[in-house]
Amino acid sequence: MQTNNKGSFSSIRAFLCDPFRMFGVVSVILLLLLTVAPAKDYFSQWRSYQRQYLNLIRNRGDAVTLLRHFQGGIQQIWIPQLGVIDRCQTCHVGVAEASLADVKEQPFRAHPPIPHKLTEFGCVICHRGQGAATTVSEAHHSKMAGEEPILPMRYIEASCGQCHHEPLEGTPKLNQGRLMLARYGCVNCHAVTLPDGSTMQGTDNPPPLTHIADKTTREWIYAWLKDPTSYSASSTMPNFLFSDADASDISAFLIANSTPQPGDSMAYSATSSGSASDSSAGAVLYGESFCASCHATQNEAGNLVGGDLGPELTNVGTKVKPGWLMAWLKDPHTYDPTTKMPQYRWTDQQLQTLTAYVAGKTDPDFVANVHLQPATQAQIAHGKKLVIEYGCASCHEITGIPKPDNFAPDLSRIGSKPLVQLIFLPGMEQSLPAYLAEKIRQPRAFGPSLHMPKYSFSTSQIEDLTTALLSFTNRSFTLPPNLQIPAVQDTNYRPAGQAGQLMANINCLSCHRINGNGGTMAPDLSWEGSSVQQPWLDTFLKNPNTLRPTLIRRMPKFNLTDSERTVLTNYMMTVYQTPAFERDEMPLSGYSPDLVEKGRQLFYSKYACQSCHIVNPNQDKGYIGPTLTTVGARLNAAWIFHYLKDPQAIRPETIEPNQHISDDDAQALTAFLMTQKTIAGQGAK
Amino acid sequence: MIFAMLLSAAVSGCDHKKALPPALTAKATGTAIVVVSGDKQLGSPGSQLPQPLILQINDDQGNSVTGAIVQLAGPPGVAFTPQQILTDDNGQATFKVIMGGINGRYELTASSQDAHGKTFSLTIPEFAAGYQQEVGYEVNQKYCSRCHNPDSTSEQVSNYDNLAVKPHRFSDGVIYNNISETDLTTIITHGGAAMNRSALMPPYGWTLNKAEIQGVIAYIRLISDPPYVAPGVVYQKH
Ligand code: HEC
Repeated sequence: MQTNNKGSFSSIRAFLCDPFRMFGVVSVILLLLLTVAPAKDYFSQWRSYQRQYLNLIRNRGDAVTLLRHFQGGIQQIWIPQLGVIDRCQTCHVGVAEASLADVKEQPFRAHPPIPHKLTEFGCVICHRGQGAATTVSEAHHSKMAGEEPILPMRYIEASCGQCHHEPLEGTPKLNQGRLMLARYGCVNCHAVTLPDGSTMQGTDNPPPLTHIADKTTREWIYAWLKDPTSYSASSTMPNFLFSDADASDISAFLIANSTPQPGDSMAYSATSSGSASDSSAGAVLYGESFCASCHATQNEAGNLVGGDLGPELTNVGTKVKPGWLMAWLKDPHTYDPTTKMPQYRWTDQQLQTLTAYVAGKTDPDFVANVHLQPATQAQIAHGKKLVIEYGCASCHEITGIPKPDNFAPDLSRIGSKPLVQLIFLPGMEQSLPAYLAEKIRQPRAFGPSLHMPKYSFSTSQIEDLTTALLSFTNRSFTLPPNLQIPAVQDTNYRPAGQAGQLMANINCLSCHRINGNGGTMAPDLSWEGSSVQQPWLDTFLKNPNTLRPTLIRRMPKFNLTDSERTVLTNYMMTVYQTPAFERDEMPLSGYSPDLVEKGRQLFYSKYACQSCHIVNPNQDKGYIGPTLTTVGARLNAAWIFHYLKDPQAIRPETIEPNQHISDDDAQALTAFLMTQKTIAGQGAK
Repeated sequence: MIFAMLLSAAVSGCDHKKALPPALTAKATGTAIVVVSGDKQLGSPGSQLPQPLILQINDDQGNSVTGAIVQLAGPPGVAFTPQQILTDDNGQATFKVIMGGINGRYELTASSQDAHGKTFSLTIPEFAAGYQQEVGYEVNQKYCSRCHNPDSTSEQVSNYDNLAVKPHRFSDGVIYNNISETDLTTIITHGGAAMNRSALMPPYGWTLNKAEIQGVIAYIRLISDPPYVAPGVVYQKH
């Protein structure tokens, strides 16, 4: 073999030693080399795509138009102020041809309609990748330092989030992901600073642990730490995967560190209220008080029913001590001054009944197998060390442990994290989205010493979160500031004076929004004083009846005293007025029968209001909107008139369509509605 | 370069073959595939559909068959886990479906073999909504569905039964495919009365903006069953 090789080698050398032959060979090689450049160009990927494109359009009905639009060669969108040099259209030839929406072959399909123009934003701001590249692999798949690959389609909404910090109608994943970052407290540990300098805030309201021993037992804390979801599937607290010993030490520390709070507990005796009739009375009171508007419980089918403003109550009797529960129901602000739970003003008898009912919601299995030995000082000290190490105080108030700063990595630019800085698990896809998703799915797989807890999110929830994280890019900080659309921030509005105190006490703002602050579960009250008539408001607060029979979440009864109601209604009627019109510019009654009759006809024929509203319960059926049977005793005439003219101007969120009603028609409709003061057909027997 | 491309093509070709799961052998056979749940879902491009696709194999008596093979196929870009499976004790097969990267209608094909080795199959439509269609979906959820969708949920009770003139489900292609883009825009913008139809259909032209109205039309076109074919565009001229 070897000799053979040597032989052929020496014969080549002999061949080349002849200068003429040598010259010939070199010329041929040079000639070949000279053809490389044009050949490379001729065979380039993009030319081949352009040829395919021409083939594709040749057979179409709109070939002439498409051909006229076609320009061969490298195509480029250059937008200096956005740093965009995109040559994607060199291969994606049909991307701006609306008529190619039916084409399935890429790269020729038309771009689906979006609210932005290709020529104003280019491609890479949304799709990422290398805009200046002219081969598929460089443009789509580059992993080199300072370059980023194409963003997979399923995360594309992340790119909207670089400028749009408010929720958008067409980006459900991004909206949901952002909500989750706040709702699951991710941003309590990980700082997220937005381009406008604001920081994301958590919405999970983790309870203070300063007086935890008043509320629950060490056994419950232990079992909860071991697995929060086995207590409540809807828990927003993640699992820190503590060992038995660590969970035991932390529970010992929290109990030992807890200080008693005066008023945190009441004398409660189970015997005085354990009977069956009491339990059904409890269920009735629970229902009447609309606890389920905020608190969910699991039904027999295993589905959660109820709101998520407060914690799930399915097994709450396993968690809280009855004496604490009763004191909490009496006035939750004693234990937690910032709670969203209202003070209901129940009588002592009602408190007993409700406590018995709520405390009866138990899962004995949850703590049945927890047997903890009394803790030693060393174990308590170790528990404290763990509490500091795992950053518990990032979320919870704990006596003696300050909230740590920058406890976990800052995520403000995580969506641009270079691939070279990521450490992948063996066998996993080497991309940033895959890395983020996996980090959320199984954080501890990336190293046993990591402290990041584990949530039990579904695949789609992880996709939503990853989408939100991928929106935090370097680019969002460098794009021109005038493109940034900030989210609407809550104001810090608080109602003032005596009424303000009362409203803080029943926590109106947990559900209602007023002047830009508060919840969204119930109607905005900023202009309630222009909207309703005072006697109606007073009766409503005395005994709230839902206006929309199809709602499950309802206004509870807070058992206010007469004088409390007077304070509240006076305040609302005078302070919560719209500047748009004068409340009393139209009378509450005295409209001419002709006008009323005209209004009736408009109501039933031209505007067909009965498709959503009931005026006469004997014939109308629509129930999307509130029933209007007694609307003349509820709303002010001027409010009705202006609402009919432009519903969204008065309630931006309403689904009532603006029917562009003329002044005359609106006046007649108002006159008709103002005559609806008592329920039609009732009383006339 | 070209060589490298060829090589990579060859390699990826090999990969593709390797990626196919080992063929399952059926323990039983049926004669028909029925959808239990998860067809006609609205997903988004590149994402897993919100609900799994659950199919059932029945024999000619209509009883479910355990241990029959079901395989799924779809247009390029669609992925299934698993790609094929034997039906469980209830005669059912459950698949996760990941949509392809472009928006539009996707037709999946589920197939199985009967006792004679003959293949029978079922076509299952699923939808991937692009931005515009997603906007339309949201508009529908907020404004339209309570009248146009007869199904009630505990969170949203349908108003359909209360209407003297009945509207149609937006997926009803028999109705909607015969209404032109212009007519749809007109009735949504100016209400039923503007088209000599019932005023129970309110006008939305002063409530929704143009993009939202176009969105809801794009959504109606997307979920249409039978599928909507845009007029005028000739894809292949013969
Ligand atoms: C209050 C109930 C109601 C609401 C809300 C409603 N519609 Fe309708 N819609 C109707 C009724 C009733 C008809 C049937 C009119 C007829 O056949 O005379 C109809 C008909 C239509 C039609 C004509 C095709 C058909 O089904 O007969 C279209 C298109 C339409 N609606 C679109 C919409 C859109 C888009 C929305 C949401 C923005 C919407 N509708 C909201 C009640 C409603």
